This record gives sequence, C-alpha cells and structure tokens, in this order.
Amino acid sequence: MKRNLHFIRRNPALCVSTLMIVLLAVTALGAPLIAPFDPLAINLTIVKQSPGPVHLFGTDTLGRDIFSRVVFGARTSLLIGLSATALSLLIGLLAGMLAGYIGGATDTCITMITDLFLAFPSLLLAIAISVLLPPGLLSVTLALCLVGWASFARLFRAMIIALKERSFVEAASAMGCSHMRIMARHLLPHCLPVVMIAATIKVGGFILAESALSFLGLGIQPPEPTWGAMISLHRNYLSSAAWMIFFPGIAIALTVFAFNMFGDCLRDKLDPNLRI
Amino acid sequence: MNFYCKRILMTVPTLLGISIITFVLLQALPGDPVQGLAGDRADPEVLERIRQSMGTERPITLQYVGYLKLLMQGELGRSHYTNRSVSRDIAQKLPNTIILAAAAMLFSTCFGILLGIFMAVNRGTIWDRLALMLSTGGISLPVFWLGLLLIYLFSFKLQLLPPAGMGKGFSGLLFLALPAATLGLNSAAALARITRTSMLEVLSQPYITTARAKGLARRVVIFKHAFKNTLIPVVTLIGLDFGSYLNGSILTETIFGWDGIGRYAVEGIFQRDYPVIMGCVLTGALLFVLVNLAVDLIYGLLDPRIAHAQTESKA
Repeated sequence: MKRNLHFIRRNPALCVSTLMIVLLAVTALGAPLIAPFDPLAINLTIVKQSPGPVHLFGTDTLGRDIFSRVVFGARTSLLIGLSATALSLLIGLLAGMLAGYIGGATDTCITMITDLFLAFPSLLLAIAISVLLPPGLLSVTLALCLVGWASFARLFRAMIIALKERSFVEAASAMGCSHMRIMARHLLPHCLPVVMIAATIKVGGFILAESALSFLGLGIQPPEPTWGAMISLHRNYLSSAAWMIFFPGIAIALTVFAFNMFGDCLRDKLDPNLRI
Repeated sequence: MNFYCKRILMTVPTLLGISIITFVLLQALPGDPVQGLAGDRADPEVLERIRQSMGTERPITLQYVGYLKLLMQGELGRSHYTNRSVSRDIAQKLPNTIILAAAAMLFSTCFGILLGIFMAVNRGTIWDRLALMLSTGGISLPVFWLGLLLIYLFSFKLQLLPPAGMGKGFSGLLFLALPAATLGLNSAAALARITRTSMLEVLSQPYITTARAKGLARRVVIFKHAFKNTLIPVVTLIGLDFGSYLNGSILTETIFGWDGIGRYAVEGIFQRDYPVIMGCVLTGALLFVLVNLAVDLIYGLLDPRIAHAQTESKA
C-alpha cells in the first residue's frame, strides 16, 4: 500500500490518466446502468432546460437528457477509436514489417504507397473516403483506418530496419529460424513498447477525428448520440443554451487528453528518446 | 545530381499517385456521374451524347489519361449545383484560406515558441508541469468546439469581437482574430512541446556552460546562444504542421463563416457535390506536397549538412 502511494506521488500524471481511461471504459460499458434517461427519448415538454438536479447537463432542443446522451456517446467514440487503431495497427504492422524485412523492390513499392497516403491532409482524405461510403460505424472506422495506417507502417519499417542488423537476428537466423519466426518471435517483441506508445496516442487522434467527421455529418447518423454530432446539432443555440454544446465538447477533450497524457507517460517510462 | 533537383523531381511520383487516388475515388462515387450531370428526367439520347463526350465508354486507362490532361489544364469540372467552374471557385477562395492559415501560423509560432522556452527554462518546476499539461490539453481540444467556445466568450459574453464573417481593412483584423486563434491553438501546443525538448537538448551542451561560466547573464545565454540552435527542429515542425492547418481550416472556416476552400469543401459535402469535394481534396493535397517541398528546400539552405548528407546517402 505504501509503495503504491509512493508511486502515485512520483507519477501523478500516469495515475490520473489511467484513472480517466478506466472511468471512460466503465462509462462506455455500463452506459445503460449509468444513464438516468433513455438517450433517444424525446420529451417536448422539457426542451432546452438548463443543467439542474434532475437533468445534470440539461436537456436539448428535443427534450432529450444531455447527460445520458454524453454517456452513450462514450460508446461510439471509444468503439471507433479502438477499432480504427487496431485495424490500422494491423495493416501498418504487415506493411512496415514486410518493407523493412524484405527490403529491395518490395520496400520501395510499399514506401511509395505509404508516402502517398501521408501526402494527403488526413481529415481531407477521411472526408473524401467517407463521402463515398454509406455513413455509419463501419465507414467511419474504414476511413480513419485508411488514413491512419501509413504512419504506423513508416514507424515499423524504420524500427525493423534498425533491428534486423543486430546480432541476435543473425544468431536466430544461424540457428535455422524461418523468416516468419524471426519476424514474429524476435523482431516483433522489440517493437512492442513503441507500438504501445504510438497506438495510445493514435486512439486519442482517432477519437478527435471521429468527432470532427460526425460534426460534419459524415459519422454515425442521428438519432444515435455521438459527441461531434451533438455539438454540430446545437451550434445555432450557442448564445441561448451553451450547455448543449459545452458538455459533449468537454467529454471529447477529456477523453483525448487522457489518451495523450497516458501515451506521454508511457513514452517517458519505456522510451524517453522517442519522438512521435 | 544535386539535392535540390532531386527533391523537386521526387514530387512527380507523389503528384501522380495523388491523381490516381482521386481518380479511383471519383470512379467509386455512388450513382451514375452522367445521370447526375444531366438530371433524373434526361432523355436517353442526351445521356448517350454526354456519355460519348465524357468518354465513359473508353477503357479505364484512357479515361485516366484524359482526367490527367484536364488536371494539367487546371480543370476540375463544374459544380453540380451552381454549374460554376470548380477551379475558378477555388482560385477565388484560396487566398482567404491562405490569409487565415498565415495568421494562425503567426499566432501559433509566437505563442508556441515562447511557451516552450518558458517550460525549458523552468524545467522541473510546478510551472513547467502546469504548462506541459496545458499544452497536452491544447493538443486534445477539438478545433470546432474551441471555436464555438471562443465565439461564446468573446462575442456573446464580452462582446469584443464579431462572431463570424469577414471584413476589410482594420475591421478585417478583428474578424480574423478568433478564427486564427482557433486554428493556431493546436499547433501552438505542439510547437511548445517541441521547443521545450529542443531547448533542453541545446541547454545541456557544453558551449552553454561555457557562456554561463564566463559570466554572461542567463537571459543573454538563452536568447542569444541557445535560441538559434533550438529553432532547427521547430522550423521543420512549423512546415510539417501545414497539414493540420488544412485539416483545421475545414472546421474553422465552417464555424466562422470564413469564405475559404475549407467551407467550400463542407458545403460540397452537405450537397453531395462531388466535383467540389474532389477539387478541394486535390487542391489540399497539392498544397500540402508543395509546402513540404518548400520546407525541405529551406531546410537544406538553413543547414547545408542535410543537403550534403542526402546527396551522399543516395549516391
């Protein structure tokens, strides 16, 4: 117990961000239990009520409880943030590893494609892709993933190129390990710390991008509550009912902040020289 | 071949690749483009004529070559709604976006570098931690939400600045203030962090100790000796961050009613006006590539070792 307290005092940022992420996960998983009202229930007798004891964050123009909508919005944000990160990590890992390990023409080809995707401003490309697909969970995830994989691929490629010259790889290969085994058992574990840092920061970035897409009406479609769409829907009531856009925004900011801070702390602990 | 020629030639495959991606995206668009052009109740004969003139019957490679030819002439098609030339619209709106981005860049550079130096100088103190937290917070804020909050505070509560729109002359500056701050805040925070790291690295070098040891004031050492060397990675980031300005300008211009290509793109999205959307995507990517090129070239001029090293390693 005493050791734990010491740890908290030494690294408060890590503790705070971990706590925030755990809280977020609990909120998302337990949304039906936590939310006091149905996030979709319209009640025209209580429209635009300011925050109070019954409706903690107030109600919106259709009388829906904003607190419940923010709680349910955590589900969408987290789901998209995590699944887009996992998917782009997988693609980036395969592409980067192949490029770095095989080298030669494969490397040139993959690097060219990676650079091409990095040549687009990310949100612009995500917009272009999500315009093509029918709006929904899948299309947002796909758009974000198509935009995000390239930076992972570049990161992995650089790491593999640096690693494969090391003597432990030579030793493994001399012992008769197959290329697959060398990649999976010898190179991959060395990449893991950096992967964790990059992935954590990426989750935050994806959640931010998802909120921007829903703000532009390209994300999950209403009435499903998402933070970005809630802000976009009520931006015309800014002067009369600012709480309607304040709370969803603070939810986005705190979530992204937690992931960014967690990523920073991981970096300080695992790999202080890394710049991402 | 020297570094500069090589770097300029390297943009050619990238530009070709960008045109291929936008071409594929255009091919994948939902609905028949010919039908979209002619309207729902068009005569089959008219449809056939348009189809012939657009060449949609030709093999896909030839279509791509045709598309590329049009792009070379700066032709991005016509808006489905206004029937105005997309390239002309973009040419008209681009200067506004560039003004906004330049103002945001000025804002973020001033604030970011100052905050970064402040953090590095006060390293390890509570001020450093607070400012670091603040800059992490700055990176995490959604641009569109920040813009709305600023409007709420400065326009509705304090009634100091106009909430949206554009103006000329001095009042133009008033209109510019909020959007520029909104657009610049994210990169100001990012810049502050890079400046801090870079400054700390420079401050740990022996020549700084020498300067301090010979009795120079701390202020003089930081601003005269350390500052210039701190700037090298910072300048790169300022250039590379241009992409985030383009991303941010889509949202910022929408909120502040700024008549630039960002808002133009969003209007295109709302109306499903595909030529407009693709024109904006293409323009954005082109700008991004050109700015990256410029940054690399300037970097080579600033630090000749880089140009030299690149030529050596590629030779």
